[in-house]
Amino acid sequence: MKELLDDLDRWRTAGNRVALARVVDVEGSGPRGPGAAMAVSLEGEVVGSVSGGCVEGAVVTEALSLLHGEREPGIVTFGYSDDEAFAVGLTCGGTIRLFIEEFNW
Amino acid sequence: MTLSNRLSERVRSGDPVALATVIEGEGVGNHLLIIPGEESDGSLGHPDLDRVVHRDGLAELEAGRSGIRTYGPEGQTTPEDLEGTPTVRVFVESWAPPPQMWIFGAVDFTAALARVAKILGYRVLVCDAREIFATGRRFPMADEVRVTWPSPVFDERGETLGPRDAVCILTHDPKFDVPAVQGALATRVGYIGVMGSRTTHERRLERLAEAGITSNHDLERLMSPIGLDLGARTPEETAISICAEIIANRTGRTASRLRTGSGPIHP
Repeated sequence: MKELLDDLDRWRTAGNRVALARVVDVEGSGPRGPGAAMAVSLEGEVVGSVSGGCVEGAVVTEALSLLHGEREPGIVTFGYSDDEAFAVGLTCGGTIRLFIEEFNW
Repeated sequence: MTLSNRLSERVRSGDPVALATVIEGEGVGNHLLIIPGEESDGSLGHPDLDRVVHRDGLAELEAGRSGIRTYGPEGQTTPEDLEGTPTVRVFVESWAPPPQMWIFGAVDFTAALARVAKILGYRVLVCDAREIFATGRRFPMADEVRVTWPSPVFDERGETLGPRDAVCILTHDPKFDVPAVQGALATRVGYIGVMGSRTTHERRLERLAEAGITSNHDLERLMSPIGLDLGARTPEETAISICAEIIANRTGRTASRLRTGSGPIHP
């Protein structure tokens, strides 16, 4: 999250609403460990990354639906063992879990 | 000051801090900020849960680990206590101080190695006894440049070195590299690399033996000649080869090509 701090500060100062997604768990092969993070502003600006580019697009969708009040904060899972509706996986075959929340604390 | 302001202040200054977040169960999105030697800030929803997570968070921070832990709503941790209770899953994220790299010898390779080390997140110290070489102007990327012999630096703060840290000795000068090796061996540092050709290495072993360093345990800690066999030529390529060796040592991998291996890439 360290690399996001400047952008998070900038957005907060500007009064922009921001969603924060952090990797909390990796099973099997995963490109980035717990703590890897990305942030998405309501305006659609994106900083940081949580995988090797495999799931970032889907994370933006989740982040925006959180900011639009269409989903609650919580865990999002990506990977082959995912039995939820996400069609996105990791090319390396692992599973990652992200925690998505609004950055308003 | 908000919780995130305090967090970002600590992370920016490189001071240890951990953030606990409820990610599943009662109170999703609650936070607790954990700072060694201070009261915790925020709450996960119950004072007993806060107390237990604070304790566990300090341990995670000490180890530089981040991960998920499961508790009962009032901080219960034993399987018997958790039976039949709704659980709370807490993600503890640690920001430990950056690892250190101490580079002895202010030579051409030093600037390149310091640059690559900065990319990898090290706090870099450059040390050389020669005043005209060890200057901040020659090593603007270093966090600290010291004009002194190795021994005072090790005496002063050798005890701050641990398994995540590295000492790279690039001097080639026996007057300097023998005390640097001696100093490094007396610490818990995870990586000790010493530059020089195989011939230089053999001669150095003789001088180290004269200085009383003969035990296999000590000599096995020395990565000498330093670096992986990449065929590196330039200072920059050599810096990559040294840092690649540091990573491979930490992960315990053989550092061969991925295409010739099998099994998971990220173990």
